[in-house]
Amino acid sequence: MAEQFIARGFKGRARDTDRARRERIPPGQYETKEFPVLSAGPTPQTPIERWDFSIYAEVAEQLKWTWDEFQRLPRETMTVDIHCVTKWSKLDTLWTGVSVDTLLAGIDLDAQPSIRYLIAFCDGGYTTNLPLADVRGGRAWVVYEFDSKPLDPVHGGPARLLVPHLYFWKSAKWVRGFKLVREDRPGFWESVGYHNYGDPWKEQRYAGD
Amino acid sequence: MQDNDLRLDGNAAGGLLNEIFRFEMTTAEATCGGCGTVRPIGEMMLYQHGMGAILRCAECDTALIRITHVRGCYRLDLSGMTYLRIASEAH
Amino acid sequence: MVQQLKWQLCTVVEIRQETPKAKSLILDWPERTTHLAGQHVDVRLTAEDGYQAQRSYSIASPPGEKHLMLTVERIDDGEVSPYLTDGLRVGDRLELRGPIGGYFVWDARNGGTDGSTLFLAAGGSGIAPLMSMIRHRASTGNKVPTRLLYSSRSYEEVIYREELDRLSAHDPTLRVIHTLTRRRPANWMGYGRRIDRAMLADTAWPPAEKPLAFTCGPTAFVETVATHLGELGYESGRIKTERFGPTGG
Repeated sequence: MAEQFIARGFKGRARDTDRARRERIPPGQYETKEFPVLSAGPTPQTPIERWDFSIYAEVAEQLKWTWDEFQRLPRETMTVDIHCVTKWSKLDTLWTGVSVDTLLAGIDLDAQPSIRYLIAFCDGGYTTNLPLADVRGGRAWVVYEFDSKPLDPVHGGPARLLVPHLYFWKSAKWVRGFKLVREDRPGFWESVGYHNYGDPWKEQRYAGD
Repeated sequence: MQDNDLRLDGNAAGGLLNEIFRFEMTTAEATCGGCGTVRPIGEMMLYQHGMGAILRCAECDTALIRITHVRGCYRLDLSGMTYLRIASEAH
Repeated sequence: MVQQLKWQLCTVVEIRQETPKAKSLILDWPERTTHLAGQHVDVRLTAEDGYQAQRSYSIASPPGEKHLMLTVERIDDGEVSPYLTDGLRVGDRLELRGPIGGYFVWDARNGGTDGSTLFLAAGGSGIAPLMSMIRHRASTGNKVPTRLLYSSRSYEEVIYREELDRLSAHDPTLRVIHTLTRRRPANWMGYGRRIDRAMLADTAWPPAEKPLAFTCGPTAFVETVATHLGELGYESGRIKTERFGPTGG
């Protein structure tokens, strides 16, 4: 195979990081101080008064919150690192939202061990799939503030899922609810070649990794 | 940044489509499975997401073509369109 | 059938400062095939550690020229444009593939013989593919009645200004209308605002003249122009758009 031509002097965006932070960056990633916007479709425009969040479980009644009700749920603020499969990582990002544990509290999941997966569905049609275990125990939130300000629509506002221990495509923008199911269903990117789970520390970017 | 400022015309996917198809695809016409509109791929809305390319109907935003190219393999999801019409000869 | 495009190397033979922020790269590309006015190339930059960035640039030169011209506007926090405008030197090589795109093209051999007219609307560096069309029209002696409405931030930032002045001065069938959106010279008599429906109503060919429209520039600009032309009665199939994305290239 012919050797790849290197453009003289081209460096791309700044990708250097000091040593102390490098340990927090998974293999194959580089740190960015920006917040890149990746868009697979038009930014949804759901007005707040029509926004709601629903949970459908095969074995429980549907749960639903309006925006005002969602705002009254216990909220948390957390600082986390996020890692995008397109290789940028952003450290110390500040979010505010509701823990998924809080949202699932009304469902007796332990009584239904066969319900093992969560499908997040979103305005615009995006979906992503996760093992239920990965969104429980304080590992996931539905967030509506970034950096103490209302979440910008281009970054997923009014609310998005946040699951920092997995690649950021799992942190679905414009999330409107969950379906809790027995069988896994590959979501928007998982169905066209991306890894079904997506652990950045194991570099699980693509199917088969 | 404004909403939707990131989107391009389907014509900008010409290079990627040329990697996959033997024919000039930017002028190929697709029937949208969402609203029935028939338009050339050049008139679709292209979202060049870093993870793949998404071509959407300009009328109803249905995703007509999704393309990823990972680990040496192209994957296409064409389920959003019902028909694709490609000229086999230049006219 | 189309040829499968391969990434190829071309050599920078000249770098021309067009405006304070825009430069034209004149490229020698030995393996090229001829192109159609309006087509683009994909440019790929690879860093030493293997990192790659890719962007599309419209071909500004007309078909039939010995060298290829790409015109790049420097976006200050961009990743690729600062390299192309400030990092490249004459003699450097650049990796690209093309020509690409069958949709946003104008061929003088097809145009101007059916009583139609040509309306071109450019926003900033969106002038590049339209300039390929204008130069192609001039070099083939095509006389299809053509109007160019060209939006720039200021007089100094009008790319190809002198050439457009010269071409329109010598060709009564080509009319160039400028609008300067941020700063205007003291004696400026032309438009001084962003393109809006009223300006298009005054400058674009009326639908009765069977116009074919091409508009290129930042995505928001293109969508504004295309929407208004549609409202003014242009057939949607005869409004061709080339969005450059958020920053115009």
